[in-house]
Amino acid sequence: MITRESRRGFYSASGKYRGIFSWIFSTDHKRIGILYLISILAFFLIGVTFGVLMRLELIAPGSTIVEAQTYNSFFTLHGIIMIFFFIIPGIPASFGNFFLPILIGARDVAFPRLNLLSWWFYIIAATLALATLIMPGGPPDAGWTFYPPYSIKTTTSVSLAAFAAFIVGFSSILTGLNFITTIHRLRAPGMKWLRMPLFPWALYATSWVQVLATPVLAITVLLLILERSFGVGFFDPQKGGDPLMFQHLFWIYSHPAVYIMILPAMGIISEVIPVFSRKSVFGYKAIVFSTVAIGVVGYLVWGHHMFTTGMSEEAQLIFSLITFIVAVPSGIKVFNWVSTMYRGSIVMAPPMLFSLAFVFLFSIGGLTGLANASVATNVHIHDTFFIVAHFHYVMFGGTGFAFFAGLHYWFPKMFGKTYSQRVAHLSCIVMFLGFHILYFPMFILGWQGMPRRFYDYIPAFHTGNLISTIGSWVLVTGLLIMVINLLRGLFKGEAAVSNPWDGTTLEWQIPSPPPKENFETIPTVTHGPYTRSQE
Amino acid sequence: MNATNTTTDTAHETHVDYIGSKMGMWLFLFTEILFFGGLFLLYAVYRSSFSQEFYTTSAQLDMTIGAINTIVLITSSLTMAFSITAIKNGAARLSALYQLLTIIFALVFLIIKYYEWSAKIGHGIYPGSDALLSQGQGTIIFYSLYFVMTGIHGIHVLAGIVIIAVMINMTTKNKISEKDFVRLENTGLYWHFVDVVWVYLFPLLYLIG
Repeated sequence: MITRESRRGFYSASGKYRGIFSWIFSTDHKRIGILYLISILAFFLIGVTFGVLMRLELIAPGSTIVEAQTYNSFFTLHGIIMIFFFIIPGIPASFGNFFLPILIGARDVAFPRLNLLSWWFYIIAATLALATLIMPGGPPDAGWTFYPPYSIKTTTSVSLAAFAAFIVGFSSILTGLNFITTIHRLRAPGMKWLRMPLFPWALYATSWVQVLATPVLAITVLLLILERSFGVGFFDPQKGGDPLMFQHLFWIYSHPAVYIMILPAMGIISEVIPVFSRKSVFGYKAIVFSTVAIGVVGYLVWGHHMFTTGMSEEAQLIFSLITFIVAVPSGIKVFNWVSTMYRGSIVMAPPMLFSLAFVFLFSIGGLTGLANASVATNVHIHDTFFIVAHFHYVMFGGTGFAFFAGLHYWFPKMFGKTYSQRVAHLSCIVMFLGFHILYFPMFILGWQGMPRRFYDYIPAFHTGNLISTIGSWVLVTGLLIMVINLLRGLFKGEAAVSNPWDGTTLEWQIPSPPPKENFETIPTVTHGPYTRSQE
Repeated sequence: MNATNTTTDTAHETHVDYIGSKMGMWLFLFTEILFFGGLFLLYAVYRSSFSQEFYTTSAQLDMTIGAINTIVLITSSLTMAFSITAIKNGAARLSALYQLLTIIFALVFLIIKYYEWSAKIGHGIYPGSDALLSQGQGTIIFYSLYFVMTGIHGIHVLAGIVIIAVMINMTTKNKISEKDFVRLENTGLYWHFVDVVWVYLFPLLYLIG
């Protein structure tokens, strides 16, 4: 069966187009997944660049490399690119596109052409976002949250950046709509809901959030653009409007959006840990239930972003309570992952190491989230570096490391090549250390009162900031080691076998890389996803 | 939702999945509901803050024209439904005719809307205008909501016209037939949604005065 054709899998499949067009006009979910993966990694590296520049500015008090205005653009672009172009589409659009159909035993997603359209929306939006750099008026400086009144008053190209967020929303909605329909309609015979692997489950919950939350962002940024262009007045107190309404509408999307970011990450971890513990996952149903619960409850907590901006005490208490409740399902998952490892035969391969880093970093991020959720402490740490540290522990330490875990887990399947596991371990350890050196001082700085989003600070905060900036260099070093290692694997690595990790889910039952149609015949599923024959 | 194995297999092998297509359309309509939901939320909050001014300003809108437009749009929904029944019965030409009628009603709606907007703009009433800004805050917000809500709704009507025109083309080319009419049905779903939005906009903007 190992002909040349099958060794190159879908890469060698001939379609209507040739060369680059066989990619950018392809409706094959695997090609679109790889298109997304490349685009997303490119924007991740751009976002990292802005982040490193910000840290460099903060290495010493006063203006170090840039002035205040440039710094404002740095954090705005860092936020917009990282949120809208890396972390929201990150896992669903790349690994989700590539593996969702394979994991449920389908040949493609339900709407392959909409899938391609979604990538095109993404690229158009990304181009618009980058175009703000060279537009007259200068790059946007109102933060990724676009809060009025400043976002209405500033003459920088906020409208274009908001329009980019509007367009990329379509990409997100199309992906979500596609995945929900795919999961409902295209599961292989015998794959009942509770036989579905946990990554598809995570994508299912995520997709609902994408479909039901993203339109609220669309109308919000559209109204912001109308406000800037025509002065409609919804968010302008002089005209009877209320800037707080913007914050409500914005967070009605953007809080559920953090679950768009974290749920797929949890899905990857739920796939990786049982494979490398050589056990079935502990509490499959509890993980499914908590995934859905996070998706549902995550809608009702947006007010905790606004504890200090104007809200009745009753509302504060209710939002605080629900925020504590939404932490419970995340806690359930952490216990499930740890229990899966308990008495397992743990294989410390790179995906597992990244997953363990995820569990550790995400736990710190999650627990400090509870500090933010309680109203009294929130007032103390609101808009300080504490929030920045919390957010990066959850999003970078969480979703980022899970993304890397997924990358190392599925790399052999996606590209049919292997990478150096020793170097991968090294990169993970260097990143893990760099991460703590970079972000942990921010908790302390924030607690001491250092506000976020300032290019300058009082001398008392110097030491913490210096350590943090040094950490950013360590983290980037680890990142570069990882990228180089994977690129080396891609071009010089040995051919991967079809099941290098001894996985039990469907993607490991087909060749690496998968053939164009994924399965010769659609498999019939007779048992749960993590059942091992020797058990 | 509970597909039997046979239908799932059909979906796997032929890439044509009637239930899947309908499901995708309904999901899209959910996103539309939430998109307009943001506007309805603003309306609710500002109406509770400025209930008196909303009441008096709403009386400045022409209820008769609004009512005529409501009838026009609901009739267009009827012709849309007829066109789907016709295609199911294999009467492609009749179906195309009903689709054309739907477009005509939609155009009538937009023309009436155009005159309504022009009259207001002629009086200097539009977002950010001096005449409007000299009035009370509730009036400013009411008119902003009026223009933005009916404007975004109008864009949806315009999009509907384009989509139905494409459907007419496909019907005449036999790409939509009694064997495969899900695209027309989905277009119908979209069109009815656009009408339902208007059914809410009409009382909220015109009838509260």
